[in-house]
Amino acid sequence: MDFNDTPEEAEFRAEAQAFLSQNLNAKTPGALRSGGREDFLARAKAWQKIKAEGGFAQITWPKEMGGRGGTVMQQVIWGQEEAKFDAPTGPFAIGLGMCVPTVIAFGSDEHKKKYVRKALMGEDVWCQLFSEPAAGSDVAGLKTKAVKDGDEWVINGQKVWTSGAHYSDYGILLVRTDPNVPKHKGLTMFIVDMKQQGVEVRPIHQASGGSEFNEVYFTDVRIPDSDRLGEPGMGWKVALVTLMNERLAVGGSPGPDWKEIMDYARSAGTLSNQAFRDKLADWYVAAQGYKLTKFRTQTALSRGETPGPENAIGKIINANHLQDICNSAIEMQDHFGIIVDKDEAPSDAIFQESFMWAPGLRIAGGTDEILKNIIAERVLGLPQDVRVDKEKTFAEMN
Amino acid sequence: MNFDFSDDQKFLRDEARKFLEAQCTMAQVREVLDDDSKSHNDGVWKKIVEMGWLGAAIPEEYGGLGLGMLELCVIAEELGRTLAPVPFGSSAYFFAEALKLAGSEEQKLALLPKVADGSVIGCIAVSEGPGETAAGNIATRLKDGSITGKKIPVTDGDIATHAIVLVKDGSSASLVIVDLNHSGVTRKSIKTLEPTRSHAVISFDGATADLLGEAGNGMPLLDQINDRAAVLLAFEQLGGASRCLEMANAYAKERVAFGRAIGGNQAIKHKLADMYVKNEVARSNAYYGAWALSSDAAELPEAAAAARVAASEAFWYASKENIQTHGGMGFTWEVDCHLFYRRAKLLAVQAGSPAVWKEKLVSALEAKND
Ligand SMILES: Cc1cc2nc3c(=O)[nH]c(=O)nc-3n(C[C@H](O)[C@H](O)[C@H](O)COP(=O)(O)OP(=O)(O)OC[C@H]3O[C@@H](n4cnc5c(N)ncnc54)[C@H](O)[C@@H]3O)c2cc1C
Ligand SMILES: Cc1cc2nc3c(=O)[nH]c(=O)nc-3n(C[C@H](O)[C@H](O)[C@H](O)COP(=O)(O)OP(=O)(O)OC[C@H]3O[C@@H](n4cnc5c(N)ncnc54)[C@H](O)[C@@H]3O)c2cc1C
Repeated sequence: MDFNDTPEEAEFRAEAQAFLSQNLNAKTPGALRSGGREDFLARAKAWQKIKAEGGFAQITWPKEMGGRGGTVMQQVIWGQEEAKFDAPTGPFAIGLGMCVPTVIAFGSDEHKKKYVRKALMGEDVWCQLFSEPAAGSDVAGLKTKAVKDGDEWVINGQKVWTSGAHYSDYGILLVRTDPNVPKHKGLTMFIVDMKQQGVEVRPIHQASGGSEFNEVYFTDVRIPDSDRLGEPGMGWKVALVTLMNERLAVGGSPGPDWKEIMDYARSAGTLSNQAFRDKLADWYVAAQGYKLTKFRTQTALSRGETPGPENAIGKIINANHLQDICNSAIEMQDHFGIIVDKDEAPSDAIFQESFMWAPGLRIAGGTDEILKNIIAERVLGLPQDVRVDKEKTFAEMN
Repeated sequence: MNFDFSDDQKFLRDEARKFLEAQCTMAQVREVLDDDSKSHNDGVWKKIVEMGWLGAAIPEEYGGLGLGMLELCVIAEELGRTLAPVPFGSSAYFFAEALKLAGSEEQKLALLPKVADGSVIGCIAVSEGPGETAAGNIATRLKDGSITGKKIPVTDGDIATHAIVLVKDGSSASLVIVDLNHSGVTRKSIKTLEPTRSHAVISFDGATADLLGEAGNGMPLLDQINDRAAVLLAFEQLGGASRCLEMANAYAKERVAFGRAIGGNQAIKHKLADMYVKNEVARSNAYYGAWALSSDAAELPEAAAAARVAASEAFWYASKENIQTHGGMGFTWEVDCHLFYRRAKLLAVQAGSPAVWKEKLVSALEAKND
């Protein structure tokens, strides 16, 4: 049992550190804030390009895909080092973490040639078009439909909560192609050009005040059959690959943790408060639990084992932990805690900002309740929930 | 990074599990539960002694197997799973580790080989009354090489041959080793919440005492001993918590109410998922503690405290919700749930309650981060 790098890992870490410090600034407290700056996208694209040219983008991807052909441990080390810098990576997390891997898994050689390299170089941003107003947790119940017309499919319907759709070039789109079979069997996945006619993106004003996700309307949008990923009706299987990658992509969230609230308490003179100390201990234990569980997963990954549904625990711990810390920090500030004005609020208002972002974290990428079901059913082997729609066709249920 | 036990250590775990499942069954735990005259299960104890586990972390030159702390952690988890009704922890986690830490060469040579072969059973005597024991509230005194006072409760105090005792020594505190079979020691068993682990009241009246470590250094030394024992206790707690989840899970699948297994209801499913999350948090923190313990890392105080806080919470939650999942059956003497509930509480308050460890944790973080 050790946390030491092997000589090869140490060499890679040094290489990564050198590259990062040449190209980026160290992280400042303000970088903990979840919100983006005006030039965020341009900065993210520029950084992605530098990273790709330096051979540090998508380290585990094979070289012919533009990756480094490196190991999972190298990816982990890169992630640890990159997190120490003010690196604008957000806009590419979904595309490179989830969408493009799906294209690589199910796309043709043409697709790979056309899309992969440009995404890697930071030229194209991708989004994930799964959720709909009536299909979130139960995403297989989605209604957006595609009808075959010659060599093309015609898409009509609406997606919602699509992160980054407003600046995305492409998306992977899950639609219903056959309503006369049970819901999971009638789905098909496509690549969609977000800039084409009939695709309308309307930003959603989030509870947190920002607008990072959108409604996306499809009106008679035509997609060539050649941009289909997997066979018609196989869409659910394709989607599962995307969602499996989501578990790996969605990890730590930038936000204040035990260290930040401890620093704040010290500066405010409340570190000696017994009730606070009691909670601080719990936060440290939870943060360590999250971090160290990831180390255990990484150890398994480095031995070539595949991570299973047990990874769901990371998001359950993390999202609730963030919400709890922010809540306490605000209450510690008493009436003053209500202030979000950065010139007045302590700690650059990071607690207040994350307080408003945390509810979304508990929903995005699988709600707490769905993740607990996943642990109960797939890890513990408990009976599945009653599924009243299991045997019926989609058309019968809707 | 390699944040896992080695293949050899996993092999040891598998062997220990097989051995204990065969040799330390619930029926054997219950022999102690149902017989007030029994302090432990002597048959199980003798077999454990034969396995050499008491000496797992004792160096070969002192008669041990010279394996290491990680191996002892592995064994602790397995003993926790089976609720082993034996004085293993008192002798191996506290007594032997204290000697390794602070004993003179003479003390180590005299006692460690005997701990390893079971002829000495050690324990630690700290508590004298309700609440945390601090330098200011110890009444037991050391004077001219002998001690006078009363310790209550002492885990395994009725079966141990030797005790490490925290005493007032002038204006500060010291730790001393006392041979419990010498004159000036009287012991009486005392009933506790956890009858499968025996407890005693020990009265000292001029009992001969041998200083452990430096005079007046009792409290810092006790902290160091507790930091080491905390990691091992956390592994026992983790073993118990894992068993509770397995029991609740099995029952939730077989018990039918309202026409289906109760485990089909989210109230039960999510409860068990919560147990799983808490157990994994406890496991990760315990592994970190094991790493710190085995590598003598400077992080040991916070790692041990975090391991202990997480494991106490996990075992508490798993043991109480295991009863709940079993419904009325869980509230019977015959079903084993209450045995885990009892053990969970003993392990949570032995060597400092969760509140004590939370405070230690925060103090350590404070010292590191200012
Ligand atoms: C910040 C953010 C970003 C997002 N980005 C994207 C994106 O880029 N692309 C995309 O496709 N989607 C995205 N989503 C959508 C997200 O995946 C869904 O919001 C999520 O899956 C929940 O679906 P819903 O909102 O329809 O809630 P519902 O499914 O309607 O759930 C409502 C409540 O009911 C509970 N519930 C539902 N079913 C069950 C059940 N079987 N048992 C117990 N409780 C249940 C839920 O846990 C929840 O508490 C994003 C969401 C957020 C908040
Ligand atoms: C101290 C005590 C005194 C009692 N006295 C009496 C008495 O005088 N007379 C009498 O007739 N009975 C008595 N009982 C029995 C008591 O009413 C039952 O134990 C209780 O109703 C639970 O039933 P069960 O034990 O069969 O558990 P089960 O019904 O098997 O429940 C097991 C677990 O599954 C859960 N569960 C079951 N169904 C669901 C569901 N649909 N959704 C979610 N969770 C579910 C339960 O909450 C429980 O956690 C007594 C019980 C106790 C403990």
